[in-house]
Amino acid sequence: MSGWQPSARARERDTFRRAQRRRALAVATVATVVVVAAVAYVVATAPGWERARTAFFSPERAVEVLPQVAQGLWLNVRVWLVASVVGLVVGLLLAVVRTSRLPALFPLRVLTVAYVDVFRGVPVLLVLLLAGFGLPALRLEWLPVSAAFLGGLAIVLTYTAYLAEIFRAGIESVHPSQVAAARSLGLSRGQTVRRVVLPQAVRNVTAPTASMLVSLQKDSGLISILGAVDAIRAAQIATTGDYNFTPYVVAGVLFLLLSIPLTRLVDAWSARQGWRGRLRGVSGGGVIR
Amino acid sequence: MSADALLSLRGVRKTYPGDGRRAEPKVVLDGIDLDVTEHECVVLVGSSGSGKSTLLRVIDLLEEIDDGQVLLDGVDVADPWVDADAARARMSMVFQQFNLFPHLRVLDNVTLALRLVHGRGRAEAVTAGLAMLEKVGLAHKARSFPDELSGGEQQRAAIARALVSGPELLLLDEVTSALDPELVGEVLDLLVALRDEGTTMVVATHEMGFARDVADEVVFLHDGQVHERGAPAQVLGDPQRQRTRDFLRRLR
Repeated sequence: MSGWQPSARARERDTFRRAQRRRALAVATVATVVVVAAVAYVVATAPGWERARTAFFSPERAVEVLPQVAQGLWLNVRVWLVASVVGLVVGLLLAVVRTSRLPALFPLRVLTVAYVDVFRGVPVLLVLLLAGFGLPALRLEWLPVSAAFLGGLAIVLTYTAYLAEIFRAGIESVHPSQVAAARSLGLSRGQTVRRVVLPQAVRNVTAPTASMLVSLQKDSGLISILGAVDAIRAAQIATTGDYNFTPYVVAGVLFLLLSIPLTRLVDAWSARQGWRGRLRGVSGGGVIR
Repeated sequence: MSADALLSLRGVRKTYPGDGRRAEPKVVLDGIDLDVTEHECVVLVGSSGSGKSTLLRVIDLLEEIDDGQVLLDGVDVADPWVDADAARARMSMVFQQFNLFPHLRVLDNVTLALRLVHGRGRAEAVTAGLAMLEKVGLAHKARSFPDELSGGEQQRAAIARALVSGPELLLLDEVTSALDPELVGEVLDLLVALRDEGTTMVVATHEMGFARDVADEVVFLHDGQVHERGAPAQVLGDPQRQRTRDFLRRLR
């Protein structure tokens, strides 16, 4: 460089800022110690803490039930994977149908709107009960009646409606000038949607889509109410009889072990610079200095 | 007006509808006639809102018109039963804001229409795309994404994308207005070169020096009408009408 030496003023500012940072660190440390100590004191002196510890956090019981609960979790994972793939594909198709202007698709468009309205507005639990207990009552020979299948179906029905709305928002977020540019080059409507609009639409909604998939992962536990032996059901079976609820905690921890890394992975992925063409936010936007 | 024009507009009218409440309907184009022959460069000038951009979008069939004709080689392409995609494929537009596809690399931006619309194979399209990028001085940026380019580079890439299919008519909509002043030159130089090769162009611009240098005809639009037209030396140097004089004075 040009042999620049910081001026006295610059050095003074630097010293001041360093002192401020040291002070901020000290404040954060003291605050953390105080809060943690207070929480520990309140918990440990609360009446019934001993009972709570044995009923919810018994290490022996945890080790005992881990294999069953983990086996149940494998069912959750499978339901989650299948439901994710189906939901993403069908949701994207529905969003395209809903935003298209082809006259031939008009009836489909009406159905899509009705479907999304209904399944976004009805509680998942109700859909589960209807699918899980209602469908088998129809005695359709071709319909599998396993609780995992019917429960998975109910979850797919609900989440597809959510994902369709997210993708629709993504499609509508692509600027009209992009469509103008594509049409100006002679691309047909279909080519414009496939090659220009959808790639950008999907990129624009990566974050909400991913958070929907994380939410789907934990809602896969709802199939337990139909009797499918997933992690939650396995934990429930293990708690019957002895009033020790550690298996539920084990199931909860296992769900967290899946969902937290998944969330972080998604964050890292969508923050990655390599995926061009999504709406750009300034990193750290909204943070006040 | 010549009969063998590549592009002729006759009595083109366009109104933007109001919203029925506060926004009044606005007549943007109020009976426009225009002829562009091959190898001609027509420059549209006028204040913001005078209808320059809308006129270009009408020519490129991005806007429907209320009345009048858009004749491309004598065929009225404003008729809804004409294949608009095929007509658009014969023209190319360059936009003020570049409108490059942000999810595609520069080379893919340039080759997309060649492959999808003009039926070229991948290898052939890449060769043509690289040659065109070479011409606009961006061969070294072929693998970059648009957001890695400066404004001037993005606009040159957009011009390459517009030229690569060999359009019969190039439409330029204030292509330097979004650029930093120091980047305007590199784009204008390119346009002058295209003009000298005989590219047929309709250009909306606020760059009067550029208009004077390249235009065969300057058309001054005011309130959606052609207020004055003629050779650049005449319209820009010795305007006959008061509004044209006022407009030119404001630019100085």
